[in-house]
Amino acid sequence: MKQQVNRLQPFFENVSFDRDDNHMVVNFGPQHPSAHGQLRLILELEGEEVIKATPDVGYLHRGMEKMGENMMYNEFLPTTDRMDYIASTSNNHSFALAVEKLINVEAPRRAKIIRVMLLEINRIISHLFWIATHALDVGAMTIFLYAFREREFVMDLMEDYCGARLTHSAIRIGGVPQDLPEGFIESMDKFIKQFPIDIKDYEDLLDKNRIWKMRLEDVGVIDQEMAQSWGVSGPALRATGFQWDLRKESPYEVYDEIDFDVPFTDSCDSFGRYKLYMNEMRQSIKIMAQCIPLYEASEAGVMAHAPEYISASKEEIMTQNYALMQHFVLVTQGMRPPVGEVYSATESPKGELGFYINSQGDPYPYRLKVRAPSFWHTGLLQDLLPGHQLADVVTIIGNLNIVFGEIDR
Amino acid sequence: MREYKPKGDVQAKAYYSDRFWVAPQLPTFSVDSDEIFAEQSKKINENFEVIKEYIQTGHLVVEVKAEDNKDAVAFFKDELGYNFLMEIAAVDFLEKRGVFEIVYEMLSTTTKKRARIKCCLRENQALESVNDHFRMADWSEREMYDLSGVKINNHPYLKRIIMPDDWQGHPLRKDYPMIGDEAAQWYEVDKIFGKEYRDVIGPENRDQARVDRFDTQRYSKIKHEVPKGAEFSDTKTDFGDYQEKDGVFLVTKLKKEDSVQLKERR
Repeated sequence: MKQQVNRLQPFFENVSFDRDDNHMVVNFGPQHPSAHGQLRLILELEGEEVIKATPDVGYLHRGMEKMGENMMYNEFLPTTDRMDYIASTSNNHSFALAVEKLINVEAPRRAKIIRVMLLEINRIISHLFWIATHALDVGAMTIFLYAFREREFVMDLMEDYCGARLTHSAIRIGGVPQDLPEGFIESMDKFIKQFPIDIKDYEDLLDKNRIWKMRLEDVGVIDQEMAQSWGVSGPALRATGFQWDLRKESPYEVYDEIDFDVPFTDSCDSFGRYKLYMNEMRQSIKIMAQCIPLYEASEAGVMAHAPEYISASKEEIMTQNYALMQHFVLVTQGMRPPVGEVYSATESPKGELGFYINSQGDPYPYRLKVRAPSFWHTGLLQDLLPGHQLADVVTIIGNLNIVFGEIDR
Repeated sequence: MREYKPKGDVQAKAYYSDRFWVAPQLPTFSVDSDEIFAEQSKKINENFEVIKEYIQTGHLVVEVKAEDNKDAVAFFKDELGYNFLMEIAAVDFLEKRGVFEIVYEMLSTTTKKRARIKCCLRENQALESVNDHFRMADWSEREMYDLSGVKINNHPYLKRIIMPDDWQGHPLRKDYPMIGDEAAQWYEVDKIFGKEYRDVIGPENRDQARVDRFDTQRYSKIKHEVPKGAEFSDTKTDFGDYQEKDGVFLVTKLKKEDSVQLKERR
């Protein structure tokens, strides 16, 4: 039997492309270079103006929540890398933190400090990627090359620590896998000194760039009411005049000991959000710099001691019989956390990344729901886009920093 | 007799369970232990029939009747100052208790507190949409409908969001197997070739180490090699030592018998 071509007709849900009025329906994506992944936008246009937008997602659905329910807690951790793949450590961390809350285990101080360092390195990686691709979409080619050059240096730092550049899995439930390698602090210090100069370079390229300003200013205005209604978080929320950062408001790890500002603006538009991203990178540098003395003053030990839930160190496993037995049970059967529900939220580069875990006391979570910020940032498009020009659509999609790994999960 | 396996819950199970194991509980505290929550709880009790309320991991957890869900969310938003609805999740307890647990995660940026509104929904009961109060529910409820099969009333555009529109079943239900049900496994075949073509393709083999020795297109059996696509043959083939007789340009002929085993590392 031959393949029947007519059976392959795409499934356009009540979208009629031939219309009597002056409106035109355009399918933007899912294979559009500035759709940042697999976003399909069904746009109804009147001339160049969008009058109706229907985002369609699901092209990258891998069933992560289902997988989470069928995997033991430690097994699932590397899977979280694949959600927001631009900043994997923030996913690892958010998941690990949720499980730690569930089993009531606290990571040792040194692990917490290393986590903060890694999270901020990740934030810079993610923000650099954002500015590079977003500017490229809007037409500023140069910045792409500069931002990717610096991103290489940060990725090298990440690679020094965990050996991976994209899917880090750099955080474990109960701590971090290892102490900082030799020379890490020195290279991080070098980066901390150099990077503010680089940020200045980006701003010199963009701040007064007429095209950049024209395309970003007063485009994609999200006001406070809309932001609250749509559960907007992260830089998009802070651009509406809300000074809300979970690192400040409900501090986790050692963020409460660190002095940093939460940049915010009430311009509500894309340009304001761009300025926020730049300032956030500056704050990340500030946080990283403060972590170094904290790290040096901390005691060694990067994994929590909780034999019921967390394996002992490699050294102990290899020398102590009981530690080996515990490790064997934990690897083959998995930990059995208490019965209860946990919702833990952290500030990922994109916004509030939350993990809701419903545990029934089994080694497998009964329900694992991921609150990915980009999901609602995409949903928001249907209220935000109407009234904008077609060219602004690209600006807005890029500016909201949506990553499809975490939208479709 | 074959072991009975419940069909309502086909999720992964621990292969070993201690009969005497009693799972510990995550500690819960009374609402009076927190000043702000105590005050809010008083207000909630005046307006709603509260089934359960407690504080767990710093969240105020309030269980209300499923019919009250929309009013409760509105009450939390307007009266108690929870200005963000962060997450809506459905937890499938159909097998255990015949209900879905619906969870609304709310956040107040003024008091910096989080609250969780829960309600238990029977399988065929429809949930009222909270889209009027929080637009984010538009997508959350679509996701809930798509993946868990929770029916929503008065939703502006209730349509599958992540799975294709013609998908059968709801993947996040406990009775939906991890590898997909029958319709899922044949989804593309049914769609492209038609249902009759299932017999031609045959059942999917997920064994990663599968080797079909009669399939000479893709596999060959060592020492029994035949040209690609030719008939499978059981007679032994002898290619010698797989090298040209006198070697090729720049490569001298390697003879097995001439090789020497080193005593120590050079």
